Amino acid sequence: MKIGIPRETYSGEKRVATTPEIATQLMKLGFEVSIEAGAGTAANFSDQAYQEAGCNIVSSAADLWAGADIVLKVRAPNEAELGRVEARHTLISFIWPGQNPELLERLSASGATAMAMDMVPRISRAQKMDALSSMANIGGYRAVVEAAQHFGRFFTGQITAAGKIPPAKVLVIGAGVAGLAAIGAAKSMGAIVRAFDTRPEVKEQVESMDGEFLMLDFEDEDGSGEGGYAKVMSDEFIKAEMALFAEQAKDVDIIITTALIPGKPAPKLITAEMVESMKDGSVIVDLAAEQGGNCELTERDQVVRKHGVSLIGYTDLPSRLATQSSQLYGTNLRHLLTDMTPEKDGNISVDFEDEVVRGATVSHQGETTWPPPAPKLSAAPPAAKSEPAPVTPAAEQPSVAGPIIGMLIGGAALLGLGAVAPPSFMAHFTVFVLACFVGYMVIWNVSPALHTPLMSVTNAISSIIIIGALLQISATDQLIMWIAAFTVLITSINIAGGFAVTHRMLDMFRK
Amino acid sequence: MISIGIVNVSYIAATILFILALGGLSNQETARRGNWYGIIGMSIALVATVTGVVTQNYEYLLVALLLGGSIGLILARRVQMTQMPELVAILHSLVGLGAVLVGFATYFDPEASFSGVEKTIHDIEIYLGILIGAVTFSGSVIAFGKLSGRISGNPMLLPARHWLNLLLLLAAIWFGYQFVQESALGAGINPLIVMTLIALMFGIHMVMAIGGADMPVVVSMLNSYSGWAASATGFMLSNDLLIVTGALVGSSGAILSYIMCRAMNRKFLNVIAGGFGTTSGGGSGATVEGEIVSIDAEETAAMLAGAKEVMIIPGYGMAVAQAQHTVYEITKALRAKKVKVRFGIHPVAGRMPGHMNVLLAEAKVPYDIVFEMDEINEDFPDVDVSVIIGANDIVNPSALEEPDSPIAGMPVLEVWKGTTTIVLKRSMATGYAGVQNPLFFKDNTRMLFGDAKDSLDAVLKAL
Repeated sequence: MKIGIPRETYSGEKRVATTPEIATQLMKLGFEVSIEAGAGTAANFSDQAYQEAGCNIVSSAADLWAGADIVLKVRAPNEAELGRVEARHTLISFIWPGQNPELLERLSASGATAMAMDMVPRISRAQKMDALSSMANIGGYRAVVEAAQHFGRFFTGQITAAGKIPPAKVLVIGAGVAGLAAIGAAKSMGAIVRAFDTRPEVKEQVESMDGEFLMLDFEDEDGSGEGGYAKVMSDEFIKAEMALFAEQAKDVDIIITTALIPGKPAPKLITAEMVESMKDGSVIVDLAAEQGGNCELTERDQVVRKHGVSLIGYTDLPSRLATQSSQLYGTNLRHLLTDMTPEKDGNISVDFEDEVVRGATVSHQGETTWPPPAPKLSAAPPAAKSEPAPVTPAAEQPSVAGPIIGMLIGGAALLGLGAVAPPSFMAHFTVFVLACFVGYMVIWNVSPALHTPLMSVTNAISSIIIIGALLQISATDQLIMWIAAFTVLITSINIAGGFAVTHRMLDMFRK
Repeated sequence: MISIGIVNVSYIAATILFILALGGLSNQETARRGNWYGIIGMSIALVATVTGVVTQNYEYLLVALLLGGSIGLILARRVQMTQMPELVAILHSLVGLGAVLVGFATYFDPEASFSGVEKTIHDIEIYLGILIGAVTFSGSVIAFGKLSGRISGNPMLLPARHWLNLLLLLAAIWFGYQFVQESALGAGINPLIVMTLIALMFGIHMVMAIGGADMPVVVSMLNSYSGWAASATGFMLSNDLLIVTGALVGSSGAILSYIMCRAMNRKFLNVIAGGFGTTSGGGSGATVEGEIVSIDAEETAAMLAGAKEVMIIPGYGMAVAQAQHTVYEITKALRAKKVKVRFGIHPVAGRMPGHMNVLLAEAKVPYDIVFEMDEINEDFPDVDVSVIIGANDIVNPSALEEPDSPIAGMPVLEVWKGTTTIVLKRSMATGYAGVQNPLFFKDNTRMLFGDAKDSLDAVLKAL
């Protein structure tokens, strides 16, 4: 099958759906790759590089669409492109079917198979195709770079001959992929980074990036929704959260907000008053600008200065790092195609048994196949999962009767013994019973780590039986003497061996 | 020749030293001192007996002592720490054999003259001493064979084995009665020999029926028996030192067996009756479905280096592969990278109580990073990577989750609560209990197949 990669037509979009390197790998899967002239120029991939990689360069978009079976794009198709979609086409790009119902309708009307990279389910196996994550990662990094651009100071603290420079304080709201990338980038530039998220499970991830996780002192409400995304929180929670932000706003220099709830407008977290309370020269980067922004004052695709604070509302942050994001996005696409081409013969199969393919496909053979049946799998297991009922060790109610009966029998046996046994025996018997109890008391305190040395030392001690042989060795009877001598031999093996090996073991135990 | 009073005083001193020896073993700081107490106590008892009681045949005595002592020392030097259970088992057999021989010698001794009830009691004492000694002897020899791999570790189960045991017991009692009757008439050697043979068979049969996973219990149980044998011999010879020492050893072994049984949540009788997991047809139910994710040494090393908290759980596989030194090298490398490494030891890991501790100590792992199951089981949610080296049943979640599993209710190390678990294993074979382990199929478990030593060497290299 032929893969076609058109030039992105969306204004300001610099990304391209494949790089020369990835094109080579696609060809290994058996595909032919054609690319529209100039498609990679903005991302610093020249037509020549594609040509060297073995791609056909097609001069016009119309020709490209006409000659391709599979079309790889970044942005959802626009009006002109929709006109070129035919039933035989498989279109793979970002589509956002939830936000663009009309687009979805037209795609399914065309009969083409459309796959939305934004709909790839969030399961472990599909991580390599998760374009949202790879774009979010870039967005988070770029957000810090943009913030640095508009921030008038260093990020890192320094003490120089010309005076002391305090480190910048960065607050990251929303510790998803973008948030974590922003934490990492800001941290590596030397800033003090704090982060907040409604999902307590990400605390560890934040701390693993060396960020400080701001805890909300609030009855445990878990903000983890389905698929590892956040959900809408209760009013009280939001109130507590806003109080925290208001307090932080006075302290920090840079706020990066990444809070998104799938299918909903972005929550307004930073109010105008908070912006006003920030120090002059502070920066807010609003990564949620496309969904309306987390900050009330953000203007989409603009950098504005209000109350002395720069508000950055770019929605094309990944595109501003076009080389990197084209490479990652192209790799995500390649992984998807690899999975769909099990035979490596250049023919893709749309297999609805495959959870990933099913999830991503929004229209197929003239039918709208969105939304997919929800895969109930999450990157982080939901905390509410009920613990399997622990198996209680076979419950034994210690009955009172048992020990009493045992004691009675024991007592009776002792009395019987005392009635018939001679005093000499009873004396030994007393010693015996007492010694059992001493042993019992002493051994309970032994640390389990020393059980082996304990056994070898008791083993050595039990060869005290040698005394028995010594008592007999002086016998005049030759047989007894030889038996006794042999017993001395074997028990002395035990004595020397037992003590020596215990000594050797104990020597090894050290702090 | 010293007086009998001095001998008795020396025996009291020896007794106290033995008690101090056992008490000293209760923690690592005092353990070495405890061993010295034991050595001193034994020397005092020997010197007092040799000088106070022995009247002739010194030359044989000295030759036997020196020869035996040197053999013992050589054995102790040569033995590898992984073979410790075998050594302990074979040494137990010597005590059992000693008890049997002393019993026969006492029986042959014409000088002992008792009459009436005293005669009967003396005969019963001889009989019991030989009985326990013989069971200890043959049982220990079989345990030695199983532990050293000369005999298959699988439980050998004869049909109607409980009835067989009962029959042997009844026969022993009946021959005991015969013996006492005949002994009163000056005979009785035949019942005594027949009983000895029965006891030997009983010991063999008992240990043969016990599976490899129950070996810690068997070893400590035999330890206990050797004590009771010594104690019975003490009664026979009217010697308090033997009685006390035997009782100390006997009760200590019994308690250790009890601790082991509790660690497996099993009844002592159940273990002795043998056949772990075999009665339920080799693991009922536990068919596990899922995908196994394997990992290679480089990835393992990367995960370990990236972790903050690492827990290492050694099992018998580490002993088999002799991997303890490599484990410690890895530990050192990780600690140098500021990774917190701890060891979690299950009470029945290995083939005798405390086996893993000894192996780790041999590799010079400091004992303050080695923890018992109860100490660390609650910490697993904070652990980033758990490394399981050749252990299976002791980390099996079905012990807690499946009521009909053969190991249900056995306390296990709850590694699956950690972030990631890496399992080193030779193959997907089941553990000694014959139960499939659902841990291997969990999402956060990675399998590193291969010999533990080779795998760990590769990990160390990658670190």
